[in-house]
Amino acid sequence: MTSMLSISQLAKKFGGLQALGGIDFQVDEGEIVSVIGPNGAGKTTFFNAISGMLPSTGSSDHRPVPDTGSIVFRGNDITSLPPSDITKLGIARTFQNVRLFPNMTVLENAMVAQHCRTSKGVWATIFQTPSFRREEESIERRAKEVLDFFGTRLAGYRHEQPAFMLSYANRRRLEIARAIATDPALVLLDEPTAGMNPKETLELTGLITRMRDELGLTVVLIEHAMPVVRDVSDRVVVLDHGVQIAEGSYEDVSTNEDVIEAYLGRDAEATS
Amino acid sequence: MATVVESALPGPELAKAAPNPAKIARRGLLGGLVGAFVIAIGMFQTFDGRILIVPVLSLGFVALYWVPVLFGFLASSDLRAPSDPGGRPSVAQVAVGASTGALAGAAVWLFGLIFSTGSLSDIFIRLTERASELLTFGRGFGFALIVLVGGWALLGAIGGALAGASPRLRHALVGAVVWTFGAAVLELVVEDVLDEVGLSFVSRFLYEINGGMKIPGAIVVMVLAGLASWAFRGGFSRARTRIRNLEGPARRKYGLIGGAGALVVIVVLPMLLGSLVNELLANVALFLLMGLGLNIVIGYAGLLDLGYVAFFAVGAYTTAILTSPISPRFAPMLTLDFTTIDGWIIFGTVLLAATLAGILIGTPVIRMRGDYLAIVTLGFGEIVRILFLSDWLAPTFGGAQGVRQIPPAELGLVGVEIAGINPQSIVYFVAVFVVIAVYVSYRLSKSRLGRAWSALREDESVAEAMGIDTVKVKLLAFVIGAILASFAGMVFAVKVGSVFPNSFALLVSIIVLVVVIVGGMGNIPGVAVGALVLIGVLGGPTQPGVLQEFQEFKLLIYGALLVFMMLKRPEGLLPSVRRSRELHQDEFLQDAWLDPADATESDEDRA
Ligand SMILES: Nc1ncnc2c1ncn2[C@@H]1O[C@H](COP(=O)(O)OP(=O)(O)OP(=O)(O)O)[C@@H](O)[C@H]1O
Ligand SMILES: [Mg+2]
Repeated sequence: MTSMLSISQLAKKFGGLQALGGIDFQVDEGEIVSVIGPNGAGKTTFFNAISGMLPSTGSSDHRPVPDTGSIVFRGNDITSLPPSDITKLGIARTFQNVRLFPNMTVLENAMVAQHCRTSKGVWATIFQTPSFRREEESIERRAKEVLDFFGTRLAGYRHEQPAFMLSYANRRRLEIARAIATDPALVLLDEPTAGMNPKETLELTGLITRMRDELGLTVVLIEHAMPVVRDVSDRVVVLDHGVQIAEGSYEDVSTNEDVIEAYLGRDAEATS
Repeated sequence: MATVVESALPGPELAKAAPNPAKIARRGLLGGLVGAFVIAIGMFQTFDGRILIVPVLSLGFVALYWVPVLFGFLASSDLRAPSDPGGRPSVAQVAVGASTGALAGAAVWLFGLIFSTGSLSDIFIRLTERASELLTFGRGFGFALIVLVGGWALLGAIGGALAGASPRLRHALVGAVVWTFGAAVLELVVEDVLDEVGLSFVSRFLYEINGGMKIPGAIVVMVLAGLASWAFRGGFSRARTRIRNLEGPARRKYGLIGGAGALVVIVVLPMLLGSLVNELLANVALFLLMGLGLNIVIGYAGLLDLGYVAFFAVGAYTTAILTSPISPRFAPMLTLDFTTIDGWIIFGTVLLAATLAGILIGTPVIRMRGDYLAIVTLGFGEIVRILFLSDWLAPTFGGAQGVRQIPPAELGLVGVEIAGINPQSIVYFVAVFVVIAVYVSYRLSKSRLGRAWSALREDESVAEAMGIDTVKVKLLAFVIGAILASFAGMVFAVKVGSVFPNSFALLVSIIVLVVVIVGGMGNIPGVAVGALVLIGVLGGPTQPGVLQEFQEFKLLIYGALLVFMMLKRPEGLLPSVRRSRELHQDEFLQDAWLDPADATESDEDRA
């Protein structure tokens, strides 16, 4: 069986800095894979490359693409596609620094994410055709369904609250909900538990597993909290300085010499 | 004076800031500067020709004598602690107001003394004999000193007292003055309506035949308005919040009632107005139509389009060429008759031309963000005007001569002719398109597309990452805006009967933008209020408003208003819920934090 996502020799340079130095990476359908590594290892850049959102580097007004390498998702080469097309093919993501639509309501955040799965345009809207009404209803129903996945956290009166009013943890949840609402096959979570207290972290750990078991999603997450990594991951990939330095089960990786050195070494550098 | 001020501060009031002489001096001199400015640009003198209340008050005096009241108010507000609800004005507040007013008056007096020698008239040509005569009431500068220092001190004291008065009293007094001023300024409209509905005895009571309010009339209006403001204080905004907080069907009911009411007004109002006021109304409606279109582009999708006039021009020229018998190259001489196929051919062509223009201009600029988009659209707007003006296209569009003799629009079967000489018909004509525009805006705002626009406005990259094809969605907003503007252009061509490149200057784009901003971006009633206040009262780029005297100061007032709004109320007069959220997020958050009931609480307690 070929992998759902297969990446080969992915590289990206920012000025003189090799943020990604030729990464090979595979994810199979139904897997939960953690990507870990010290700060600045290139994890977020890796996600940005997959989702077509590499930051533009000044001069060129073309959308930035990886320097080399290819990203193939379910048989489609997505290396240089725009983010909206990638989302349409079934990859959704969240952001390390939560990026909701803050002034839209919770419900609207979940509704707008279904844009690429729906189709009604100007005419249908103006003439309020039955199919338009049906589609609006189904968008709303689906949004509520997705929000209900988080129990009471995002339900009830919160539907009508603007997103900026949510607590930090709820914003993270809503971002995940929004990603799920795009109806993806693969979800990329960038540090989903950052800033959460231990209890909330535990809850989210369960949620990630449920995303796979109940929603049939494949999940790749970047995570610093080792307990989360241990509890959810089928497989762990360790990046440092833009290259993969280890891969395997949590036990393998956590005892790997290189990994320990990468973390400690970086710490030593930081303190010196 | 300092001793008076200090002794007036009893113990518990020490929380208030103490009067600060330097601050008072600054405010006073600033007031003097504003007063001198009003005189120097000639507002005082020009507006003196417009009598508001016979024989005591002219618009000129209002234009100058608001200065001490406002600056007295501001200086005295400094003394109030933010938490102080206000009750009775303290002596200190009155004194501060009075001294600010006196200082401003003295400064203006000094300015008068200087320019009366004629030394400034080379620079400020409005500083004539007449100006100093008006300033001194024709009685010399000794007398003027008494009036400007004493009188302005009094006015300043009133302003100061107002700042300390209870909000309710302040509201009533301000209401009384504003309504009376409004009644006097809008004499033309009020009289017109009263006469049409058979209440001419009321208008005889209120107004002199030759213009201006009668004193008893003014007093009655003032008292009634004051009482009403006292009674209904905050009632309007309370009702609005209540309606806004309603859910589902109840909210819908109010929406339907509001919509039906607006429709009735649109149908009935033009019948109640004479042709002069209908002419004003036609201009208001025309700019409202453009405002609604631009509101979709900028208020919904967040694209700052400064070349919006281009589409207005496309609509006008398309109509002109298809209908005018003397259109240079091509004169099919269709009649804009909506009961025949001809009218619909024109309509369809306008629609098509606007769509094409929207796509043509939109495609290259739509990828830019923010300021770049503004600048490039501004350029395109000018390019379109210059193309219409150019010799190259003159064989088609007539160059500087434009296209003339555009015939009226018609409803042949019904025998109705829609032409500029009958402004009432134009009002109805535009109203049809305005209703369409309102309906379209409303529907789109609550749809898949509307949500995509909101997302785009909030965070473009994330919107794209959520699967929104940003280019396509933006282009749609651009084209819909273009179509609405082209409808306005079509009406404009019929109304004026001729089109010239000069009618489509950059200024039109800017004024439509100001209408949207001042009214309340993203909110349909807001745009309507903006059009009414700006175009109706002040006038459009070339169209006069109710205050025809303002004609030459229009741009100045537009600018001042825009600056004021940006500082004090950036969300506009009638903002959309979402936009005020965007601008006042921190306040919302603070409030939410204070009120644990619906807050950003930690999730612990709900787990
Ligand atoms: N837009 C950019 N321009 C220049 N350098 C960048 C840019 N974005 C990231 N980098 C650099 O690339 C490297 C990788 O950054 P990245 O954000 O991917 O790290 P990370 O593994 O996500 O770190 P963290 O754990 O702190 O989130 C860093 O050294 C960073 O400074
Ligand atoms: Mg990161």
